[in-house]
Amino acid sequence: MAPPESKTSNASPKSSEKPAQRDRPWMFRTYSGHSSASASNALYRSNLAKGQTGLSVAFDLPTQTGYDSDHSLARGEVGKVGVPICHIEDMQTLFDQIPLDKMNTSMTINATAAWLLSLYIATAERQGGNKGDLRGTTQNDIIKEYLSRGTFVFPPNASMRLTSEIVSYTVDQVPNWNPMNVCSYHLQEAGATPVQEIAFSMANAISILDVVRAMPEVSDETLTRVFGRISFFLNAGIRFVEEMCKCRAMNILWEEIGRERYGITEAKMLRLRYGVQVNSLGLTEAQPENNIIRIALEALGVTLSKKARTRSLQLPAWNEALGLPRPWDQQLSLRTQQILAYETDLLEYGDLFDGSHVVEAKTTELLEAARAELQQVLDMGGAVTAIENAYMKQKLVESHTARIREIESGDLTVVGVNAYQEAVDSPLVEEGSGSILKVDENAEREQIQSLEAFRKSRSSADVKSALQNLEDAVNNGDNIMPPSIAAAKAGVTTGEWSQVLRTVFGEYRAPTGVVAAPMSHANDEVSAVRMRVDGLSEKLGRRLKILVGKPGLDGHSNGAEQIAVKARDVGMEVVYDGIRLTPQEIVQSAQDEGVHVIGLSILSGSHGVLVTDVVELLREAGMADIPVVVGGIIPEDDARKLRDAGVRRVYTPKDFDMTRIMDEIVEVVSESNGV
Amino acid sequence: MESENGVTNSGPNGSAREAAGEATALAKRVLAGERAAISQALNQVDDNRADYQERRFALLDALEAAPSGVRIGVTGAPGAGKSTLLDALVSGLRARGRSVGVLAVDPSSQRTGGALLGDRMRLSSSARDAGVFLRSLAARDQLGGLSEVTGPSLDVLSRALDFVFVETVGVGQSEAGVIDLVDSLVFVVQPAAGDLIQFMKAGILEWPDVFFVNKADLGKVATRSAAELRAGLDLGHRRDPNRLPPVLCGSARDNVGIDELIEAIDEHERYLKSTGQGEIRRDEGRVARIEQALNARYGHFGIDRLGDEAARNAAFQEFKGVSALHAIAELGRRIESRLAADDA
Ligand code: B12
Ligand SMILES: Nc1nc2c(ncn2[C@@H]2O[C@H](COP(=O)(O)OP(=O)(O)OP(=O)(O)O)[C@@H](O)[C@H]2O)c(=O)[nH]1
Ligand SMILES: [Mg+2]
Repeated sequence: MAPPESKTSNASPKSSEKPAQRDRPWMFRTYSGHSSASASNALYRSNLAKGQTGLSVAFDLPTQTGYDSDHSLARGEVGKVGVPICHIEDMQTLFDQIPLDKMNTSMTINATAAWLLSLYIATAERQGGNKGDLRGTTQNDIIKEYLSRGTFVFPPNASMRLTSEIVSYTVDQVPNWNPMNVCSYHLQEAGATPVQEIAFSMANAISILDVVRAMPEVSDETLTRVFGRISFFLNAGIRFVEEMCKCRAMNILWEEIGRERYGITEAKMLRLRYGVQVNSLGLTEAQPENNIIRIALEALGVTLSKKARTRSLQLPAWNEALGLPRPWDQQLSLRTQQILAYETDLLEYGDLFDGSHVVEAKTTELLEAARAELQQVLDMGGAVTAIENAYMKQKLVESHTARIREIESGDLTVVGVNAYQEAVDSPLVEEGSGSILKVDENAEREQIQSLEAFRKSRSSADVKSALQNLEDAVNNGDNIMPPSIAAAKAGVTTGEWSQVLRTVFGEYRAPTGVVAAPMSHANDEVSAVRMRVDGLSEKLGRRLKILVGKPGLDGHSNGAEQIAVKARDVGMEVVYDGIRLTPQEIVQSAQDEGVHVIGLSILSGSHGVLVTDVVELLREAGMADIPVVVGGIIPEDDARKLRDAGVRRVYTPKDFDMTRIMDEIVEVVSESNGV
Repeated sequence: MESENGVTNSGPNGSAREAAGEATALAKRVLAGERAAISQALNQVDDNRADYQERRFALLDALEAAPSGVRIGVTGAPGAGKSTLLDALVSGLRARGRSVGVLAVDPSSQRTGGALLGDRMRLSSSARDAGVFLRSLAARDQLGGLSEVTGPSLDVLSRALDFVFVETVGVGQSEAGVIDLVDSLVFVVQPAAGDLIQFMKAGILEWPDVFFVNKADLGKVATRSAAELRAGLDLGHRRDPNRLPPVLCGSARDNVGIDELIEAIDEHERYLKSTGQGEIRRDEGRVARIEQALNARYGHFGIDRLGDEAARNAAFQEFKGVSALHAIAELGRRIESRLAADDA
């Protein structure tokens, strides 16, 4: 999962002995889930009181995708995976009694980064602060949103314009701000190989640097500062030796790009600065306690080698595949880092691998392959083109498909999943929906009430003229930041700001990348299901057709993509239109397409509302006889409720054998058609 | 007994009269534009169980005489921007209050019969309203990317909606197939692909009614391609020797030139009406469909059982008023019985 960035540094270790020379450890980051601005504020203040030096803000999905909390697409998502921020008063509440000019705040925000930064600046100024003193980071990496994370809104070129305007604005007006954090983390979570992770993230950084360089107001000197301000956010998987080599390779490549492409010469500006969150995609629902070990090993990959050591590290929790972590679960992850940094002798040595032929050879191998892949993307026109023509997305889906097939076939061992499955019950795991954080059920309703009250309280004339100025600036090609800051002060909402840009720029649906996935070699299991699909299709009169749907704002597309590819492989006709559709759109699509079964994939925790909506709409449309199956992060208690509501099957990550899932879907369709 | 969308239909053993009655009722709902009915009708015409063929024919026959919306083929090289253009066209037509149907034929289906109908159209949410009906079809075993059920599906959709589009990948062969199914053919050109000479060789340039040189945002290359294309078109090599097709230039991605394209489609439609060409085209297309289907199924040897050229042409015309699919089945039966007689 995507962690918010934070600069949480731990207090220095209390050690009885005095080691000769110890390096300072990397920064330990923690992230927190929130339901409302006031609840998050309380959490921030208590963390600050404990000595935490920076803040990290996770926004909820409606805020990330530019919808107010009362928008129909926000249903079930408000306050779920982050804090809802609809207007300046929400922002003021979030930072109540926290002087922003003394804070270092990191915001995981992308498509609407300009807006949230504007609210942040406006809030700081209302507090009496000065924007020149603000420090922090906006993630602001849109390319990886199209490829993996899914909170994009506008078409690529418009998004690049927004990103570059934030960069050019902050580099002078908010000089201590990190305007962009290039994320390769999310690419690995979507299936990227190490080579793809390196190449695609470098292509991404180049695409934005090229735009910034071309801006008339950007001089060579400014470009050097911009280059030096761009930081990275990497992943570290379980193959930790290779991951270490990957980090070394990225150091080399980044410096090379700086020197050769942008003519940067200052050594300090050329250094690759990066933080890491270790891999979550490989964390399992089966025998979840095994994840504790996986996480620790993954942490080694980015700490062992001094040269490739991360500046900050965030570890997921052992119950990652079950649901949101509780404070205790996060504490265990923090303790893992502390043990590594303070108990082991890791920080007492220089680089352990300098001079290692093995490490050198692996690094060179990755570097060369990554250079070639990067060149390929640049040759086709760069990252933006490789988004629009689906090249990069198709590559990721292809890699993930290969990984899934290896897990199914047993070629890739995942302990507790496809090997060593027999185990005694884990005392860590509670029955039903235990062992995970429960989100406040009232948060959405309360947020909507306060939003309505806010709308009544503001001056509609001010709002109107602020929106007009914003629209004019966008149309005239002026920098988006000044009119956005003014709009923030005038009481414009997140939804209104976004709507202006949606109208001018249009909205974008990123390619799903599934069409090009190569067919699997038919093993016995696959062939058997194919025959069943053929047989059933004959009885139905036309080929078995399935709709794979992703309702709501959830951007987790991996599962849906892989289910779609597998369904095709077993001979079904598959309709898959990508993420972020409303229940209405899904039901309409099911009707238009004449599908025999609907499969919904939801990992964001909003399955309760969204699945019920789909089932209800099907009934209203007279389509109740089309069976619905659901997959994702669904705690057992919820799964029971869904089945009671008429859902035929519910799948979770432990059902890793997708061929088997397909077999059951054939069964479900047979049953509901009485054949 | 089969139940689709909660509506019960006559089973395989229903009488022909029963089937006709139900078909008329369903056809009425299709003509009224009822979404569930359109969907059900499309499912029925795609039903290839031997026992359900009467139902299929009855439905298509019931729709045959009804007025039809405008049918438009969108073709062009892979990646030329057909789907992006369709998205823009749908939004443009919706903004004008017209209802739109789209048949997305996926060429990538697999040997296994499986097909991933993803990315067929990345319709923006604003275009996914109640006035848009979107069905995708796998190409199944047909070469050239057109499935056998494309024609009958268009026959259904065009009776319910103002505009119906079908997207096919243009590599030379498939236009010939789609041209028989549509009123207008829009050819999307990838600028500066250096394909122009290829197109001429393949004879593609004689079919389209409107050319749209896409990706004008790329700059001069597009305007140059358009000019080259205009210069390369001449009446002598046109299916319709009285009309030179307009060559438009625009950007599907940036929504530029879409209004002009809609106007050009409308203009062609008016031309077809006023000259009577439309009527002629539909008749010719129907004959071609029948002939091609029989040819595919029985070969020249089979078709020859219908007699010499004059007799064959008469046979193709014989089932006027009956749907093409039904006519194909009737003539097929005739061919089969004559083949059987020959054997005996
Ligand atoms: C990979 C991942 C990501 C990637 C997603 C990349 C992508 N394009 O898919 C990235 C890094 C982008 C990401 C981001 C976020 N993530 Co995340 N992510 C995960 C992770 C680690 C794995 C999910 C996955 O892809 N698994 C692999 C696929 C193949 O498995 P699967 O989807 O579960 O599918 C299986 C079954 O569920 C089933 N299935 C699934 N769908 C369907 C559909 C049908 C029809 C059928 C039959 C079966 C079926 O079949 C599959 C068989 O194995 C999970 C935790 C985990 N280990 O499961 C968290 C997790 C889902 N993420 C989480 C969160 C909170 C987020 C963020 C909101 C964080 C933030 N605050 O910003 C963001 C927002 C993303 C967004 N826009 O919505 C939470 C959700 C919490 C909850 N439900 O309460 C989880 C559970 C982690 C956690 N414990 O906190 N994430
Ligand atoms: N620059 C530019 N790119 C475009 C335009 N229209 C489409 N594209 C891009 O061209 C590529 C192909 O677009 P599609 O609409 O999928 O093309 P298509 O002809 O339907 O492709 P196939 O169905 O695969 O044959 C994508 O990368 C689009 O983003 C345009 O007007 N300008
Ligand atoms: Mg297409």
